[in-house]
Amino acid sequence: MMKGLKKWGLFSLLAAMMVFLSGCGEEFISALKPAGEVAREQYNLLMLAITIMTIVVVVVTVIYLIAFFKFRRSKVGEDVIPKQVEGSHKLEIIWTVIPIILLLILAVPTVMTTYKLGDVAAMDEVDEDGNPVALTVDVTAKLYWWEFSYPKYDIVTAQELVVPTGEKVYFNLKAADVKHSFWVPAIGGKMDTNVDNLNKFYLVFDKESEDLKDGVFYGKCAELCGPSHALMDFKVKSVSPENFDKWVAAMQATEGQTADPESTDLGEATFAQSCIGCHAVSAVGAPVSLQQNPGPNLTTFGDRNRTAGFMDHTEEALQQWIKDPEKYKPGNLMTGKYQVTDEEIEALASYIMGLSVEEK
Amino acid sequence: MDYNTKFTPQTWPEHAEQATLEGKNKFVGFWLFLACEIVLFASLFATYLALKNKGPAGMEFTTQELYELPLAFGMTMILLTSSLTSVYAMYHMKNYNFKGVQLWMFITVLLGASFLALEVYEFNHYVGLGFTFGSSAFASAFYTLVGTHGFHVSVGLVWITALILRNAKRGLSLYNAPKYFVASLYWHFIDVVWVFIFTVVYLMGVVG
Amino acid sequence: MSSSVKKKGFGATVWDYLTTVDHKKIAVMYLLGGTLFFVIAGLEAVLMRIQLMYPENDFVSAGTFNQLLTMHGTTMLFLAAMPLLFAFMNMIVPLQIGARDVAFPFLNSLGFWLFFLGGLFLHLSFFMGGAPDAGWTSYASLSLYSPGHGVDFYVLGLQVSGAGTLISGINFLVTIINMRAPGMTFMRMPLFTWTTFVTSALILFGFPPLTAGLILLLFDRMFSAKFFDVMYGGNTIIWEHLFWIFGHPEVYILVLPAFGLFSEIIPTFSRKRLFGYSSMVFATILIGFLGFMVWAHHMFTVGLGPTANAIFAVATMAIAVPTGMKVFNWLLTVWGGSIKVTTPMLYALGFIPSFVAGGVTGIMQATAPLDYQLHDSYFIVAHFHYVIVGGIVLGLLGSTHFYWPLFFNRMLNETLGKITFWIFFIGFHMTFFLQHFLGLMGMPRRVFTYMPDQGWDLFNFISTIGAFLMSAGVILLVLNVIITAIKGEPAGNDPWGDTRTLEWAIPQPIPFYNFRQTPLVRGLDPYWIEKQEGNKEGMVYAEPLGDIHMPNNSIVPFVMSLGLFIASFGALYSPLGVADDSRTWAIPVLVIGLVITFGSMIYRSLKDDHGYYVTVAEIEALEEELYGKKGGNK
Repeated sequence: MMKGLKKWGLFSLLAAMMVFLSGCGEEFISALKPAGEVAREQYNLLMLAITIMTIVVVVVTVIYLIAFFKFRRSKVGEDVIPKQVEGSHKLEIIWTVIPIILLLILAVPTVMTTYKLGDVAAMDEVDEDGNPVALTVDVTAKLYWWEFSYPKYDIVTAQELVVPTGEKVYFNLKAADVKHSFWVPAIGGKMDTNVDNLNKFYLVFDKESEDLKDGVFYGKCAELCGPSHALMDFKVKSVSPENFDKWVAAMQATEGQTADPESTDLGEATFAQSCIGCHAVSAVGAPVSLQQNPGPNLTTFGDRNRTAGFMDHTEEALQQWIKDPEKYKPGNLMTGKYQVTDEEIEALASYIMGLSVEEK
Repeated sequence: MDYNTKFTPQTWPEHAEQATLEGKNKFVGFWLFLACEIVLFASLFATYLALKNKGPAGMEFTTQELYELPLAFGMTMILLTSSLTSVYAMYHMKNYNFKGVQLWMFITVLLGASFLALEVYEFNHYVGLGFTFGSSAFASAFYTLVGTHGFHVSVGLVWITALILRNAKRGLSLYNAPKYFVASLYWHFIDVVWVFIFTVVYLMGVVG
Repeated sequence: MSSSVKKKGFGATVWDYLTTVDHKKIAVMYLLGGTLFFVIAGLEAVLMRIQLMYPENDFVSAGTFNQLLTMHGTTMLFLAAMPLLFAFMNMIVPLQIGARDVAFPFLNSLGFWLFFLGGLFLHLSFFMGGAPDAGWTSYASLSLYSPGHGVDFYVLGLQVSGAGTLISGINFLVTIINMRAPGMTFMRMPLFTWTTFVTSALILFGFPPLTAGLILLLFDRMFSAKFFDVMYGGNTIIWEHLFWIFGHPEVYILVLPAFGLFSEIIPTFSRKRLFGYSSMVFATILIGFLGFMVWAHHMFTVGLGPTANAIFAVATMAIAVPTGMKVFNWLLTVWGGSIKVTTPMLYALGFIPSFVAGGVTGIMQATAPLDYQLHDSYFIVAHFHYVIVGGIVLGLLGSTHFYWPLFFNRMLNETLGKITFWIFFIGFHMTFFLQHFLGLMGMPRRVFTYMPDQGWDLFNFISTIGAFLMSAGVILLVLNVIITAIKGEPAGNDPWGDTRTLEWAIPQPIPFYNFRQTPLVRGLDPYWIEKQEGNKEGMVYAEPLGDIHMPNNSIVPFVMSLGLFIASFGALYSPLGVADDSRTWAIPVLVIGLVITFGSMIYRSLKDDHGYYVTVAEIEALEEELYGKKGGNK
């Protein structure tokens, strides 16, 4: 009897699941709360698949339970030898044909959606002047951080992707060292960043991220890439097209910006001495990845949501990070590349926090 | 029938290699082993095709410039002939003519050894040109595919030589007939693989 | 020479097991070896779950966690599940088809020692600078980047143990093709023999691509080849293809024998023949065949393009049809039967809904665009544990109870067995059910930690508690084994009462030659037929009592495997690509190891081995000693 109760429990659990699913997880990271066209398509497929699968599970469970309760040895008698049935062609045809039909119902939208989501032809469209029409972001995944460059505007940023809402944003995905995978669960499924080739796909961002808990969508690396794979987070800020244009203009205005080694600000002077070799403070120019010894571009650091992708966005956290990156992100490539005193770290943190393109 | 039975050409069974259960097992098992060898070589072929002519920027070696078709053709002929001689050996085994078996197997070994010598010469030549194992993905794939085949040839040579020596003074029996048969089967397989290497690597490399 | 020698000293017993070629003793060794690795890998899983119990936990470090997750997956699949299934195959298949041993007893022993020494080599990595840490898939860019020797241990250990698996696969195929007793036609073979047959065929075609892939990785890492080095024109996607061309059939290599085991348990305790036997056979073959057509569904997000993704999505869905056939056949076997809920049957009954759940989530992942969300998230972790634990592990645990009397002539305690089942079963669902939702809620797999406030905390905590319950279940089973070993009574012949196949017809303890006379099989479920017709002997014979030909024991398989074990160290510390000459000692080690292996092969081929005969007098003497009366069977 115990077993029976458990099975019915499982059954009602499945029924409740539909309701449960739509209210599950956090808005900024859950694939169950789609915030874009791609994620919604995938969510609809999920619902279709779950419905079909629930039918299957229910049928199996019902047959299973009836068989179990009806044919216990205590019911049918200790010495009864049941009829040794060989099989039944009729039944076998039924349980071959019905699953095939169910699978076809699932297979047709699967194939259609696969082609739809794989369509990146618009990336190559250009206007009369030869400028690309669509917005494309080049994503380069590196050991435990992400670089986003916008070839259309000739700007580059890191760790925090900024995109306009309401249009298809195309992505060129590539890894610089080992394979990673680019995933923003609330916006759409993932795609790998290979070391061998460029992968292309698109995402659509429906609403501005401002109202979310942290004001951003969460992005993750989804392919094991070393010790700090779990910490290779990034954030996505989706803004209205007008604000996006403003942001682009502000980014472009940082052209030529650099840190002055003669500066009276200890932070800036230290940065110029110890950090600028890897970290640019101007968003314009060739992506840092093409230069020697690259690190994340820090032009927008003050506007970001996190330090190092996952730590608090405070000066204290930044100081701790600069002091001992290995402690927080094992295997990162920053450790040991510089030597700074505690006093300098404090100044550095306040300088870096001040790097910003947004109006406060 | 057991291993100690003495035979004459008249009483010698039609399929001596499968006359005992052990022989039959060996026969089936070896065919299955060859099936998995085929998959192994198929994987290496696929890798080779994917990496053909791929190398670091500015790599000077391509299949067209590297391969010498006459040499590869000569090697092919030698190995094909050795396959034929091993068929002669099996023909004599059917007729219970042990001397014939030994003689033709010996010729097979000689041909196999000369094939191997040519392959060593070829590899040595390429290395001399600077086309070393680690110089490019193409080089790694080439040496691994052709080298794996060469390794199989060497194993075959040692194996058949051991068979010839071990049985030199004993004559044919139901115990060693399956061994000779399976060795010859293996030799044919090596030959077939080489035909594919000749076509896919050398011919398609130079012509394609 | 024969293994009937009684009362041996410890050394003699060890020597006996080192040299044995008896499939029953090799089965016991597989059982022990597999259990050892199962416990190690289970412990690794518990450590990982403790680490993930709370957000930002620091129970183990990031690097250690990656080693744990790699070793857990690799060990469970290659060194626990497969050897444990081999244990059952070795023990049962020859008995089920009426054979005195497998086709190649020598190779059987070689297969075991290769597996065991390969596994041992892999685990030595923990004490020699760190275990592999690139995941059980060891994708090429990360596995080349990974410092230290961890990945080298992975490559060499799997190469050696994989060779053992391949040899065993060929062995079972030939055994089933050639060694069946008279009357045991293919369509009378018990389903476990059938699934072993198809699984062995999958091994035959599935393992060579892995061998090839491992050779490439080995050459890249140890001998400076450039297969996966993009700078030199290499391509890492080749590894992914080769790995999954092996990796997907591997899933069926494991699950088909589990299906076979359940197909023995369910009819027995339903007291009814298997429903739709021929469609079960057909479904098994079809699953095996389709298993090779779907590998790229592990690579939907790699960027193969929509056409490849669509084709592989539909092909993958097709596998649901034969699998569904099997499930309904099991249900209809139970339907109209007389169900006795023993411990093995309890496992079988728990298996059906668990496996169906694992199957339907598989179909969800076959839906390519949906898989873009599910891939590499905790959803996939939940899915494959539902298949592997819900299918294979439940199968192994159930069969352990079911076949224990066949192995050891003892019955495991039933009450304790049922308690074990419930604890394990509840723990299993508790651990993995919620992980589906963790995945949908955005949690990637293979993460050593996670930040709080992403909505994942509670489910992770519950999952860890479930893992504790599963461990408690396994500990109870071990206790059960110990209690049985100390206090158990001889189980005797056919202890379950309703068994149907030939392996139960043999008197206990089973003599080393299995069948004194080769049996004659008169239909499907031969033992059931004889019992129904009131035949007290349990079988009819195809031949008069005569001398029995048996193979000789040999230490050569062990020495051969040991040679490869030694050579692996030489390759691991290969001086190629190392600047200084501190490692020149490695080449001689490599050569010595290979000389030992190839030397043993030449020795084996030069030295005649005709086996030996057990005379009728010896048979009668042995049976009198074992069963008390001359020629008796009970």
